[in-house]
Amino acid sequence: MQDATPDSDGSGSETVAAFAGPQGLRAKLAGILYASPAIVPLIVLIVAVAIFGLLLGDRFFTPFALTLILQQVAIIGIVASAQSLVILTAGIDLSVGAIMILSSVIMGKFTFDLGLPPALGVLCGLLCGLICGSISGYLVAYWKLPPFIVTLGMWQIVLAANFLYSGSEVIRSQDIAEQAPLLQFFGRTIEVGGAVFTYGVILLLVLVAVLTYVLSQTAWGRHVYAVGDDPGAAELSGVNVRGTLISVYALAGLICAFAGWALIGRIGSVSPQAGQLANIESITAVVIGGISLFGGRGSVAGTLFGALIVGVFTLGLRLLGADVQWTYLLIGVLIIAAVTVDQRIRRASL
Amino acid sequence: MSTQPILSARGLTKRYGRVTALDNCDFDLYPGEIQAVIGDNGAGKSTMIKALSGAIQPDEGEIRLDGQPVTFGSPIEARETGIETVYQTLAMSPALSIADNMFMGREIRKSGPMGRWLRQLDKAEMRRIAREKLSELGLMTIQNIDQTVETLSGGQRQGVAVARAAAFGSKVVILDEPTAALGVKESRKVLELIGRVRDRGVPIILISHNMPHVFEVADRIHVHRLGRRLCVLRPGEVTMSDAVALMTGAKTPDSLTPAA
Repeated sequence: MQDATPDSDGSGSETVAAFAGPQGLRAKLAGILYASPAIVPLIVLIVAVAIFGLLLGDRFFTPFALTLILQQVAIIGIVASAQSLVILTAGIDLSVGAIMILSSVIMGKFTFDLGLPPALGVLCGLLCGLICGSISGYLVAYWKLPPFIVTLGMWQIVLAANFLYSGSEVIRSQDIAEQAPLLQFFGRTIEVGGAVFTYGVILLLVLVAVLTYVLSQTAWGRHVYAVGDDPGAAELSGVNVRGTLISVYALAGLICAFAGWALIGRIGSVSPQAGQLANIESITAVVIGGISLFGGRGSVAGTLFGALIVGVFTLGLRLLGADVQWTYLLIGVLIIAAVTVDQRIRRASL
Repeated sequence: MSTQPILSARGLTKRYGRVTALDNCDFDLYPGEIQAVIGDNGAGKSTMIKALSGAIQPDEGEIRLDGQPVTFGSPIEARETGIETVYQTLAMSPALSIADNMFMGREIRKSGPMGRWLRQLDKAEMRRIAREKLSELGLMTIQNIDQTVETLSGGQRQGVAVARAAAFGSKVVILDEPTAALGVKESRKVLELIGRVRDRGVPIILISHNMPHVFEVADRIHVHRLGRRLCVLRPGEVTMSDAVALMTGAKTPDSLTPAA
């Protein structure tokens, strides 16, 4: 393909679209950041790992410690992937954590109280997530209600339903291990050398890979970005905006239900009290990962890096013996820095 | 002039409450022509264009495409019959690339299992076609078809939007105020582009307030007044001030004929 050949109609180089590339090193750098915003969190991640590695040495730089970080961020990473989809459409989902917990409770209660086979219990839990997400999506797409309000309400409804249904009762880990080990499926591990991968970690990595493919390589993925960018323009271009929005919220709900399943594997038991901060933590990972809250920009890979950055800071500072509040303080700084970078990149592009 | 109009409308009427935006309006577009639509603000020309492009549904009246009666429930339905519209807002996603935008809503999937089972898009093919369409219209010298639309100038964006419409508009291309937001130099380029689209055999409806632009590129001028077609002019036969006088009601077509 010959990119820069002059046009043949003789009107010279000054046709309507005389596309000029950016000049200079700084502009080039801005161009790279603009094209792949996930690079910023990746660099922050590498630098953070390097710094904690220098400070902590062998205690940090072991396959065990590094894979421990992955295990600790697996649940939030999965939820944050769901959150990424919603935020790419310029929405937000505050109900992700609640959907995760209700789904896990349904998996447990349906298996233990209703006596369903574990596989069917899990299926019902996944269906619960899908339905909760679909309802939010329907309200956002057809009733044009603000996503913030819809999911704020959904958060309260689902969380209350969770406590009402479960009676705040915990299903104990050893009971699950004895009677329905399938519920703890994502807690199983594979060891390679000193590295320990839970199935939950593998689920996270596979999920990120699949979503990356779908978002960049399929028409549906392009439509998600277009809807987040400018829904009016997407509509006029022939994109089914409502269908896209509903499918995004429904898929996010389903992914949260998978997170609920993985949560049982992580903590062993089914607990209605678990994961209360998942919605805020998932938004944190998304923002640090460079996805624009205004929609249409960013990638799920960035979200993975964002979740890992939080994990690296949490473990690194704990190993250093710092007060846990330092972790929150630093993450707060990172959030504001990430949004600043996002704004700068977008302004540089205009 | 060909005998049969490619796109025609008879007796279009559209009311919004007590306001009649279109009042028994007629319209005819013939093959191979650029027909400008002019009219004062509020004359109902954009209502007429919306009816022709499927954005609104007229209360009464008939639209014919190639002699066949058609009804459009949405712009997408109009598009499927070969009528493409370039909106004033351009309807492009700024953060997506030129190629992504050109194929938005009509992406090409890969053939074979990757396309059928994994629904993978054929990005190389879409880039190739996008590049081909842009260069056909003299919009070449593109370094990067993956450039996002927001990095383009206003004229470049207009160029891409027109190229998108021309690439897929097999019957008619409707342009809504394509030069309104542009500088002198960029307007010139877009007008040349419109001429090239016409030369490729696609008739164009051009809505514009800019009389010099209208008189430069249009083959015929539809003057819209009070919700209907007042008359159709030829740029060579009337002056710009006459056209404006007709538009505003200072003159009537009858008073003009003897002078012309």
